[in-house]
Formats: sequence, structure tokens, C-alpha cells
Amino acid sequence: METTLPLVFTALMAVAMLLYVVLDGYDLGVGILLRGAGDADKDRMIASIGPFWDANETWLVLGGGGLLAAFPLAYAIILPALYAPLIAMLLGLVLRGVAFEFRWRDPAHRAWWDRAFTGGSAVATFAQGIALGALLQGISVEGRAYSGGWWEWLSPFSLLTGFGLMVGYALLGACWLNWKTEGGLQRQAVTYAGRLGIALLILIAAVSLATLTLEGSYQSRWLAWPGVLATAQVPLATVIVTALFYRSLSQRKDAQPFLWALALFGLCLLGLGISIWPYVIPERVTIWEAAAPYRSQLFMLVGGAVLVPIILAYTAWAYWVFRGKVGSDGYH
Amino acid sequence: MSELDPALLARIQFAANISFHILFPTITIALGWFLLFFKLRFLRTGQQHWMDAYYFWVKVFALTFAMGVVSGITMSFQFGTNWPGFMETVGNIAGPLLAYEVLTAFFLEASFLGIMLFGRKRVGERMHTLATVLVAGGTTFSAFWILALNSWMQTPAGFEMVNGQAHATDWWAVIFNPSFPYRFFHMLLASGLTAAFLVAGLSAYRWLRGDHGGDVRGAMRAGVLVAAVLIPVQIFLGDLHGLNTLEHQPAKVAAMEGVWQDERGAPALVFALPNEETRRNDYAIGIPKLASLILTHDPDGEIKGLDSFPGEHPPVAPVFWGFRVMVGVGTLMLLVSWWTAWRLRRGGEPTTWQARALLAMTFSGWVATLAGWYVTEIGRQPWLVTGVLRTVDAISATPAPVIGISLTAYLLLYAGLLASYVSVLFYLARHRGKPDHRPAVAGLQEA
Ligand code: HDD
Ligand code: HEM
Ligand code: HEM
Repeated sequence: METTLPLVFTALMAVAMLLYVVLDGYDLGVGILLRGAGDADKDRMIASIGPFWDANETWLVLGGGGLLAAFPLAYAIILPALYAPLIAMLLGLVLRGVAFEFRWRDPAHRAWWDRAFTGGSAVATFAQGIALGALLQGISVEGRAYSGGWWEWLSPFSLLTGFGLMVGYALLGACWLNWKTEGGLQRQAVTYAGRLGIALLILIAAVSLATLTLEGSYQSRWLAWPGVLATAQVPLATVIVTALFYRSLSQRKDAQPFLWALALFGLCLLGLGISIWPYVIPERVTIWEAAAPYRSQLFMLVGGAVLVPIILAYTAWAYWVFRGKVGSDGYH
Repeated sequence: MSELDPALLARIQFAANISFHILFPTITIALGWFLLFFKLRFLRTGQQHWMDAYYFWVKVFALTFAMGVVSGITMSFQFGTNWPGFMETVGNIAGPLLAYEVLTAFFLEASFLGIMLFGRKRVGERMHTLATVLVAGGTTFSAFWILALNSWMQTPAGFEMVNGQAHATDWWAVIFNPSFPYRFFHMLLASGLTAAFLVAGLSAYRWLRGDHGGDVRGAMRAGVLVAAVLIPVQIFLGDLHGLNTLEHQPAKVAAMEGVWQDERGAPALVFALPNEETRRNDYAIGIPKLASLILTHDPDGEIKGLDSFPGEHPPVAPVFWGFRVMVGVGTLMLLVSWWTAWRLRRGGEPTTWQARALLAMTFSGWVATLAGWYVTEIGRQPWLVTGVLRTVDAISATPAPVIGISLTAYLLLYAGLLASYVSVLFYLARHRGKPDHRPAVAGLQEA
């Protein structure tokens, strides 16, 4: 039990992270895409994420809170290490979250709030991508604390992952709009989705190759015989999923492209898992070393086992309530 | 202390963030229940003006909620960015409490907020009312967990130290630690008062501008009556809270009362300038024996002075003054709410002066709440967790310039947002009824 609980929490954290990335990912993506849109489209785009964005972002709180609760050591090392990108992310999220409300309430400055919405979404996304890259490329640890400098997170690699995530979220956003809107806006979304899909594929390939050149055991984890027989399935699946994505897009399906894009993100997470397992901080701290004491984890497991299914149920229900297409002043 | 002391900057940053955050939950925790009240009145009486009141205040609620959410997300990362030592030492306790807050409160309110704001036509009247209940309940749960954590930091219980880390031995005792009930109910009442004065104040503003509709008067009356009922309870509870603090954190009470040497028959000071150099008060004006009477229920009872806690007591002036501001605002709240409640009680109209007084008190809850928190938090110094962890030992090693930049960015952003928030509230109050206040709360619009 003492060694399996951390496994349970790792699985839970992975699910929370995936849910966060795809859910907040699409609404951040809509924020990024808002830039080029006309006024009427803007209203519709924002109305399409209105009932959801707050709950979507709560998965980030669960990710942060869960990390803190289940793996306090990792939390205490990662947060100082990623100080600058995290602060940038938070400032971006603050700005976009309130701009969303203010644009309706303060019509005199609506153009300004829309810019804040796009800017905040872009900054938050870029910063998240950088944080991911920084974690992958390694964090200096001494004893039980972060020991690196204040710009350690900044590297060509982390910038690459930053761009990668921006493209990825924009893709999710375009797929969401394809699902939830109609007419010209939907057609526009399909065009964007098609282009962003290609860009994302290129970036995924670039990040994957770059990962193999990073320090650490990434190369052997992916390429050593016979493990490669298993790990090679990941890029293979990526190719298949991409093909299905484009097929559904060309068949003008509503929901399917979004679901395939989601699968693409799932595969990326799987790849990430293969790269760092069983560490939380690559090559430095394993999930067992970082785990909270048994009694704390058990206390959370009891509540989590009951509450997480309930949360998933009412989240699904909320999506069901707001099914269908959105008009310019909301779901009717 | 050098000019750019990272520890000091980290503390300022944390204090700025939490002070900003608390402004908004303080409103939403109680405003949710106000909304429920408006809605239930409408369902009971069928009078449209209750629904109008609901529509107006739900917009304020949505905006306030968004401010609370985004600043709250910042908070959940603050512990790690600013106080890694805190997580290292008491993370085993703090983590699960925060996780429960996320699981029981944040998801609930965030998910049903969507239904509450946008779903009235889709889910029907009953489900919509239930969603309102769940959102209001979620905010209250959230206060429950976060106050359990904060109270535990003040009066820790139910744990043991193993290799310098706190491990829970009894979760029940951790949550229901000695100061928790006082703090929780005092905070809920503070929230009720803050929302009540906001509702009354903004309604008074509309009333003064000639908007005498049923929704304006109904909301104003609800705000005033709620305030008039809650404030005596708050004062009574505040007294109990103080007695509890005297038992567990006597140095904090000595600072609140400005008592330097152990003293029998100590006066309640109305004004004084506490002087840490000479360790006495300058220009003290007080009511003889009152402090002893309040705290020990005996005019000649003894109060331990600050000198009995050498090197272990908080900075005196901010605690002393914070306490006076809070109690002062509380007294003003009592006067204003009773004075106006008397006139409004049977649906009467306020006098112009009463409406002006209410308008002036619109944000009084914020002032008292912040002052109260400063007393609480600064009064706990030099401890971060009483008797367990000192504040200086929890500080992040982030260098000063980095914190300086992020602090500046936060402060600029917060100042801008706060100004926008307040001006938009008044803008909404001026423009309600006009066509351009359309959507956002789309779908729910004038059903
Ligand atoms: C509208 C807000 C409001 C009002 C009118 C009052 N308070 Fe208060 N007070 C708070 C809002 C608050 C608070 C923000 O909610 C605090 C900070 C921590 C806490 O639990 O409540 C608080 C803390 C607090 C403490 C904390 C000491 C500690 O941390 O140990 C004491 C002794 C009092 N209050 C006493 C009073 C008294 C005697 C009042 C009589 C007028 C009063 N408060 C009015
Ligand atoms: C209930 C949740 C809260 C928790 C868990 C909490 C926790 C903390 C922590 C960890 C610190 C840092 C150490 C310190 O400097 O004392 C702190 C300080 C502080 N907090 Fe709180 N706090 C809470 C609520 C509040 C609120 C609502 C306010 C104000 C409105 C507030 C005001 C402050 C201030 C001003 C400081 C700095 C005190 C100083 O450095 O001297 N806190 N709190
Ligand atoms: C007395 C102190 C506090 C109270 C009463 C309080 C209460 C609340 C409430 C009611 C909300 C819901 C949003 C809203 O209504 O505005 C909220 C949001 C939030 N609070 Fe606080 N909070 C306090 C301090 C803190 C602290 C110290 C943290 C940091 C760990 C924190 C983290 C959050 C987060 C992450 C959210 C966003 C939740 C969401 O997505 O809905 N809060 N808080």
C-alpha cells in the first residue's frame, strides 16, 4: 500500500493534467484565435466558452493543488525553478479571465479588453509550454531544494515547446469552434484547423527529436532494444490519429476533429510519461521520494475516490446541458 | 535590512496577492445567498422587480467571481513560489486541506456557475435555483477549508513533528483546531456584512440618481436589514474571538491592546502611538479598566504585557491600529445600519442623508475585513505557524530583482483591475435598463 499510493496519485495527476491541457487548452486557443476575428464573430467565440472556462481552469488548480498535496517535495522544487514562466502564466490568466467578464460590462473599452483577452491567453499558453520544456530539459537540485539559476528555464528547447503549445492550443480552439459554431465562422475554423494541424505535427516531430538530444536517459528510453518495439507505437499512433483527424475534418464532422485533436494530446502526454517515468523531476526525484507521507495521501484518497467521480459526472452533465451550437448571445 | 531584501519583497508580494484575492470572495460568499433570496422572493411573489434585482446583482456576482477566481489561481501557486520552506515543513497538512477545497468547493462553484449564469432557459426554473444554491454553497465550503488551514497556522493541533516535518495524527483535530470555529463564523459574518453594505450602498447610489424602482428599494432594504441583524452578532462573536486569542496567542492580544508591562485593571485605549523603542505608548487616551473588564471579565484582572514575550511578539503598531480600524468600522456599521433600518423596515424610503451614508459605506466591509486580517496575520509574527515554523525560515531564495519585477507587475495589474472593477460597478448601476448592457449573462437575459 505504501508504495502503490504514489502510483495512484501519479495516475490521478496525469489525468488532471490531460484534462486541464485539453479543456483549458481549447478556451485559451479560442482566445489566441480571437485576434483576427470580426466583432460579431468575437461575441460568438467568447459566448461559446462562457459556461465552461471557469471549470476548465479549475483543473489547473487541482493539478497545482494535487502536486502540492500528494508530492510536496516536487512542488517545493518545481515552483521556484519555474518562477518566471509561472508568474507570467498567472498574470496572463488573470488578465484573460477578467477581460472575459469586463468586455460585456464595460462596452466603452471593449476593444481594449479583447486585446487583453488575446494577449493574456497567448502569454499564459507560451509560458506553460516553456515550463514544460524547462521541466523536460532538467532542473538542478541539491539536497531537497532547487539549486539552479533564475534563467535556467530559458533555452532554445523551452522556446520550442512554448511555440509548440501555442500551436497546439490554437488547434484545439479551432476544433472547438468548428464544433460549436456555424456559418462563416465555422468554415474559417475548419481552414485554421487544417493549417494548424500540419504546423503542430511538424512541431511535435521537432520537439521529439530535440528531446532525444537532451542530456539524460531519453535516448536509451526510447531507442534501446527491445523497448523500441513498444515505444515506436507512439509515433505510429500519432500518424494514424492525424490521418483520422484530417479525414473527419474533410468530412465536415462537428465533434470528431476535436476528439481526434484531443487524442493527439493524449499521445503527447504518453510520450512525456515514457520520457520521465518514474521521476517527477527528470533524473533527480522519483515519485516515491517526492510523495507525501502515507497518512496524508490516504486522507486524500478517501475523499478523492468519492469526489472525483462526482465531479466528472457533473462536469459531463454541464457539457450536455450546453450541447449544440452557440449564437452570438449565448447558448439557447 | 538592505533596500532590496528578498524576504521582505516576498512577504509584500504575498500580502498584496492575498489582500487582493480576499476582496472578492468576501463579496461572493454572501452575495450568492443574496441572489438566492431574490430568486426565492420572485418565485414566491411573482413580482418582476425581484427578478430585476436578481439580474442586476448576478452581473455584479459574475464579475466579482471572475476576479476571485483568477486571483485565487495565483494564490494556489504563491505558497510554492514564495514559501518553499512552508511547504517543506507543513505541506503534509496544508496540501490535503487545499486539495479538499478544490474537490469540494472550487469544482462545484465553477461548474454550476455556468448553469447559473447561462442555463436558466436550458435547465428550467428548479434546476436553476438549485444551481444557485450549489454555487453559494460552494463559496461557503471554500471559506471552510481555507479558514481551517489559516486557523491551523494560528493554533496548530492534531499533528506531530517527524524529522522537522509536520505529520497529521488526527485530521479531525487539524480541521477543528481551537481557533477555527471563531474564525470561520467571524469570516462568514464579515462576508455577510461586506455584501450587505455593497448591496445597500450601490442601491442607494441608484436611488440617489432617481431610480426608485421596486428592485432598487427591495435590494436596499434587504442589504440594510441583513446588516442590521448581523452586526451585533459580529460584535459579540468578535469578543469571543478575542477571548480565544487571549488563551492561545496572548502576545497578539497584548499588541492589540497596546499593553507593554503586565497590568491589572488595564484601560481600553482609544488612541495611542505604541513606541517600540521606549516600550510604552505615547499620547495614550483610554477608558480605565475596560480592557481588563472585556478580556478577563473582571475590572482588576491581569493582562500579560508585551515585555513578558521578549523577542517573541509581533510588531505592535500595525496590530494595534488594525484592530482599532476594524472595531471602528464595526461601530460605524452598527450606527448606520440601525439608523436606516428603522426607517426602511416597513418599506419606507430613506432620507437623502441616509442614502448618502449608505453610499459612503459601500466598501466599508473591505476596510474592516482587511484590517481584521492584518491584525490576525501580523499578530502571529514572528511565527508563520505558531510555535512550529518561523516566517524567516520559510522564505524562498529567489533573488530580490526577480521578485521586484514580479511584484511590480502584480501591483500594476491589480491597481488597474481594482480601479476598473469599482468603476464598472458604478457604471452598471448607472446604466441598468439601457439596451447596451446585453449579454454575458446571455440566455438568462430578461426571460
Ligand atoms: C466586516 C468585517 C469585520 C467586522 C465589522 C469586525 N471584524 Fe473582526 N475580523 C474580521 C472582520 C471583521 C475578519 C477579516 O474576518 C477577521 C480576520 C481573521 C478572522 O477570522 O476574521 C477578523 C479578526 C478578528 C480578531 C482576530 C484575532 C486573531 O486573529 O486571533 C478579533 C479579536 C476580532 N476580529 C474582533 C472583532 C471585534 C471585537 C469587532 C467589533 C466591532 C470586529 N472584530 C468587527
Ligand atoms: C485564510 C487564508 C490565509 C492563509 C492560509 C494565509 C497564509 C499566510 C502566509 C503563509 C503568510 C506568510 C507569512 C507571513 O508573512 O506572515 C501570510 C502573511 C500575510 N497575510 Fe495571510 N493568509 C490567509 C489570509 C489572509 C488574508 C485574507 C489577508 C488580508 C486580507 C492576509 C494578510 C496577510 C498579510 C498582510 C501577511 C504579511 C504579514 C507579515 O509579513 O508581517 N492573509 N499569510
Ligand atoms: C480567508 C481566505 C480565503 C477565502 C475566504 C477564500 C475563498 C474563496 C472563494 C469563495 C473562492 C471562489 C471564487 C470567488 O467566489 O471569488 C475562491 C477562489 C479561489 N481561492 Fe480563495 N479564499 C481564501 C484564501 C485563499 C488562499 C490562501 C488560497 C491559496 C491557496 C486560495 C485559493 C483560491 C483559488 C485557487 C480560487 C479559484 C477557484 C476557482 O477556480 O473557482 N484562496 N477563494
